[in-house]
Amino acid sequence: MSKITAGVTTSHVPAIGAALDLGKDKEPYWEAVFKGYEFSKKWIANEKPDVVFLVYNDHASAFSQEIIPTFAIGCAEEYAPADEGFGPRPVPVVKGHPEMASHIAQSVIQDDFDLTIVNKMDVDHGLTVPLSLMFGQPDQWPCKVIPLAVNVVQYPPPSGRRCYMLGKAIRKAIESYDDDLNVQVWGTGGMSHQLQGPRAGLINQEFDNDFLDRIVNDPDELSKMPHLDYVKKAGSEGIELVMWLIMRGALNDDVEQIHRFYHVPASNTAVGHLILNNR
Amino acid sequence: MSLDKPYDNIPGTVIFDADMSRKGFHLNQFCMSLMKADNRARFKADEKAYLNEWKMTDEQKQAVLDRDYNRMMALGGNIYFLAKIFSTDGLSFQYAAATMTGMSQEEYRDMMLAGGRKPDNESTGDQTDE
Ligand SMILES: [Fe+2]
Repeated sequence: MSKITAGVTTSHVPAIGAALDLGKDKEPYWEAVFKGYEFSKKWIANEKPDVVFLVYNDHASAFSQEIIPTFAIGCAEEYAPADEGFGPRPVPVVKGHPEMASHIAQSVIQDDFDLTIVNKMDVDHGLTVPLSLMFGQPDQWPCKVIPLAVNVVQYPPPSGRRCYMLGKAIRKAIESYDDDLNVQVWGTGGMSHQLQGPRAGLINQEFDNDFLDRIVNDPDELSKMPHLDYVKKAGSEGIELVMWLIMRGALNDDVEQIHRFYHVPASNTAVGHLILNNR
Repeated sequence: MSLDKPYDNIPGTVIFDADMSRKGFHLNQFCMSLMKADNRARFKADEKAYLNEWKMTDEQKQAVLDRDYNRMMALGGNIYFLAKIFSTDGLSFQYAAATMTGMSQEEYRDMMLAGGRKPDNESTGDQTDE
């Protein structure tokens, strides 16, 4: 049987990818960001997950306005890095795990969560920046990835509660998969940021630190926070944080926090990162 | 019955809902087209001609030509779509965000380095500059 051994959360700011790709990661501005992931790179080199179930949002890359799925699970063999307007990121193609992904889709849909199944899509910075932060710049990503794309572009995104409960269904699905695989669940996006209008640049450190506390110790209550609170307090794009609740729902009620990092700024955004041991 | 919009009074913030999505459909689909290098080249060669291939309003086209991101959003554009325009221009999210605030690039960068725009009131999220 497969086992979820750990959860990881991280912001997925596009400028972090650009900094790496353009070799700016040693500049003091970016060094301050990457420093928070030094521990994580060593940790994951030891952990050697077989599969990462990676929750992220597509930023109008794979999904235009033609189709807007609330939850979409990737069941493809592989996913190419998307061209977001400046050419694709120079990172390896992402290898999927179609068998496990299809098993999860079947299990979760039969558990009343109506996922959209995607057999072909490109993946944008939302998925590739977390891989870069955790694995650096290898020739091949060292694990398979199952993408779960969540709509946070057009209002309304799914509620925090729905995300948390979906996480629980995903856990049941992963843990009923026959092969003995070491699986991690990652929740990405956030933390507080607003990319639009006169209020752009909003950062709420108090909100973020409280969120980092509660996602570890009080996720059930945290999952009841309404959308409007995210938008008001954490900025219009801070709503991405609901995706962290999918990760958290897939873990034990009690987890051990083994790493926590918070830094402002990366471009317009507050960077938050957690590693939670689920053993 | 019209859509319930509890988010209408958040200052300096446009929520991209179904109404905005309808309004901005062609503008946003034009943005998506810039994910192909050939289209970017054609757009750069003659922006007006390229925009005329899309069923956008004249106001939307003008806002694109002016790179007026607040205007584009008021006309139904969504930031993640509009990102394809400033990426085509070789500019960053931070550059584009700064243009929306009325601050200079330097002022905006310094504000972010100092911890970002502070939410001075929890209920409204009203901003202060420093
Ligand atoms: Fe994002």
